[in-house]
Amino acid sequence: MDTKRFPIDFFSLGLRMLAGLLIMLVVAFFITLVNGSSEAFSEFGARFIWANDWNPNYDDVGGTLGSLPFIVGTLLTSFLALLISIPFSLSIAILLGEYFKKGAISSFITSLIELLAGIPSVIYGFWALFYLVPKMQEFKVSMGMNNNGFGVMTSAIVLSIMIIPFSASMTREIMGMVPQGLKESAYALGTTRFEVIKDIIFPYCKSGIFAGFMLSLGRALGETMAVTMVIGNNNETPGSIFALGNTMASLLANEFAEASDDVYISALIFIGLILFVITTIINLLGKLTITSLSRNG
Amino acid sequence: MKFKTILLGLSLGLALTVIGCGEDKTSNEKTAAPAAAQIEILGAGATFPYPLYSEMFTAYVKETGVKVNYQAIGSGGGQRQIKNKTVDFGGSDAFVSDKKLAKFEAPLVHIPMALGAVSITYNIDGSPQLKLSPALIKDIFLGNIKKWNHERIVKNNPGVSLPDQQITVVRRSDGSGTTAIFTDYLAKVSPEWAKKVGKGKSVKWPVGLGAKGNDGVTNVVKKTTGAIAYVELAYAIKNNLPVAAVKNVAGNFVKPDIQGTSLAGEGEIPADTRVSLTNTAAEFGYPIAGFTWILLYQEQKYSKRTKEQSKALIELIWWMSHAGQKYAEPLHYAPIPAKAKLAGEAILKSITFGGQPLMSK
Repeated sequence: MDTKRFPIDFFSLGLRMLAGLLIMLVVAFFITLVNGSSEAFSEFGARFIWANDWNPNYDDVGGTLGSLPFIVGTLLTSFLALLISIPFSLSIAILLGEYFKKGAISSFITSLIELLAGIPSVIYGFWALFYLVPKMQEFKVSMGMNNNGFGVMTSAIVLSIMIIPFSASMTREIMGMVPQGLKESAYALGTTRFEVIKDIIFPYCKSGIFAGFMLSLGRALGETMAVTMVIGNNNETPGSIFALGNTMASLLANEFAEASDDVYISALIFIGLILFVITTIINLLGKLTITSLSRNG
Repeated sequence: MKFKTILLGLSLGLALTVIGCGEDKTSNEKTAAPAAAQIEILGAGATFPYPLYSEMFTAYVKETGVKVNYQAIGSGGGQRQIKNKTVDFGGSDAFVSDKKLAKFEAPLVHIPMALGAVSITYNIDGSPQLKLSPALIKDIFLGNIKKWNHERIVKNNPGVSLPDQQITVVRRSDGSGTTAIFTDYLAKVSPEWAKKVGKGKSVKWPVGLGAKGNDGVTNVVKKTTGAIAYVELAYAIKNNLPVAAVKNVAGNFVKPDIQGTSLAGEGEIPADTRVSLTNTAAEFGYPIAGFTWILLYQEQKYSKRTKEQSKALIELIWWMSHAGQKYAEPLHYAPIPAKAKLAGEAILKSITFGGQPLMSK
C-alpha cells in the first residue's frame, strides 16, 4: 500500500479527527445543557423533573416551575402519533417489500413518500391549522366537548403523517433482511403470500420493526413547529387525548426569545436537557434492538 | 494513489478549519465596533414596534446614509443583548426593573419611542360593538364567566344580542410585551387577578388556548366563533376584527384608537420614563396601553466604540423621537406625548462619551 510513503497514516488520522470532533460536539452540547440548567437545579432541585406546575410568576403568586406537564405532553403526542402511523407504515413497507418490489408503481409510491419526508414542518403546521383544526372542531362540538379544534389529538395526527415516511422506509429495510431462502422454502411448502408475511416475515423481524418504530418516535419527540401551531400551548398536563397541552420542544420555541430572567432561562435549558436525555434513551433502545437483531440474524 | 493524497489533504485541511473557526469566534464577539468608514448601527429587541422601526430606518438611511440594522428578537432578547453589549441599542416593551438594572455593569437609560394599545377582540356572529368593564374582562380571562350570554355581560351591553355560546379565551403562548401590558392592567384593577395570576411576559393562564405571536392569536380568533383575545391594536385593525370599548377609571367606555392611547400617556412621566401607563386616570384615556422603549448606555465609551459611532446613535434616536414620529400614526401607534418627549430629550442630552456630553444644547 502507498501508506508506506508516509510515516503516519494521514488519511485515517484525518478521519479520526473529523469523527472525534463530532463526538466532542455532542459531549460539548450535553455539558452546555447541564451547565445552563445548573441555576434552575439549585433553585428547584430534582423536584423540577416531576413537579406538575408551570407558573412563571411563582415568586409572586406561588406555585413552581416543573417539567411534568411537558414530559407528559411530549410522550403522549409522540406515542399517539406512533400508534396512528403504525398501520400505514406497515402497509407501505409490506406493499413495497413483498408486492411491488420493482416497477412503476413501486417507484411512484417511493417518490411520493420521499416527497412527504421533504415537506418542511411549518407547511404541515399550516395544513393542520387550516384543514385539520376546523375538522377536529366539528368533531369535538358534535361529541359535546370543548369548542376548539386544537389539542393533543390534532398534533398527534400531524406528527403521525410526518413520521410515516421514516418508519415505513425503516420497516421496509428490516423486512428486506429476511433471508430469501427462508421465504422460498415457505412458498415451496405451499403457503400463501399472506401466510409468509404473517408467519415468516413478522416473527423474523418483529424486534427490528420495533426498533424502527422507536427511532421514528425519537423524531416525533423533537418536532416543534407543526406541534406548536396546533397543540393549544396550554402549560398543563393534558387530562385527555382531546385536551390542550404543550410539548417540551414547543415550550422552548415559545418562551426562549422573550425570557429575560436568569432562573427562567435556566429552567428552559433544563427542559432542553430532559428532552435531550429522553431522546437519547429512546434512540439507544432502538439501536440496541437493531444490533441484537443483526447479531442473531 | 494521487486521489488518496488529495483526499487526505482535504480532510486534514477541513479539520483544521473547523478547529480554527472555533477559536476565532470568541475573539469576534468581543469586538462589536464596526468599521469606521461606513457607520452602521446595530439594534435588537421588541417585535411589537418592529413595523414602525423598519419604516423609520428605511427613511433614515435615505436621509442620512446611516444604516440601521434592527433584529426583532423580542424584548427579553433585546435586554440580554444590550446587557452583553453586543448591540448599540436594545428595544423593549417592558422597562427594565430595578432588580435587573442593578445587574447591569453601567447605567442604562430608557427613551420612549411610541405608545401601543392592547385591544380586546372577539369573534361573535354579527360582530356587535361590546362594552366591557375591568371586572368583566378579569372574570372572562379567569374563566369565571363561561358563556357569552352571561347576565353580567348582557347587563353591560343593553340592546346587543349575545349568543348562547361558550367563550374560548385565546392568549399568547410565547413570552410577550403585549401580555405584560395586559396582565399589568388586570393586576392593577383586580386584587384577585394579582393574587391568582400576577403580571409578566408569561403567566400561568387559568383558561384558554395559547397561540404564538399577535398574528397567531388573530388567526385563531378568526377561526373560532366565541373566541376572545387581547392583541396589539394594529393586528385587530388589519384583520377587521371588532374591538371592545373598555371602561376606564373615570367611568367612560373608551375604544382603543390613537387618540385614546395618546391620552393615556399624557399623565406625569418620571424623569427616567420608566412608568406603566395602564389603568390611566385620564378622562378619555384608553386603559390598556404602554410605552415601547429604546435602551442604551448613558456612557457610550465602552468596548471599542468610537465617538463617531456613539454620535450617530444619539442622532438616530433623537430623529426617531422627533422627525420619525410622523411614521407612527399610519401604522396605528400613538406618537409619544409632549411630556414623555421632553423627558426623553433630557435623557438624550445627559448621554456622554468619555465624560463629555455628546449633544450640544
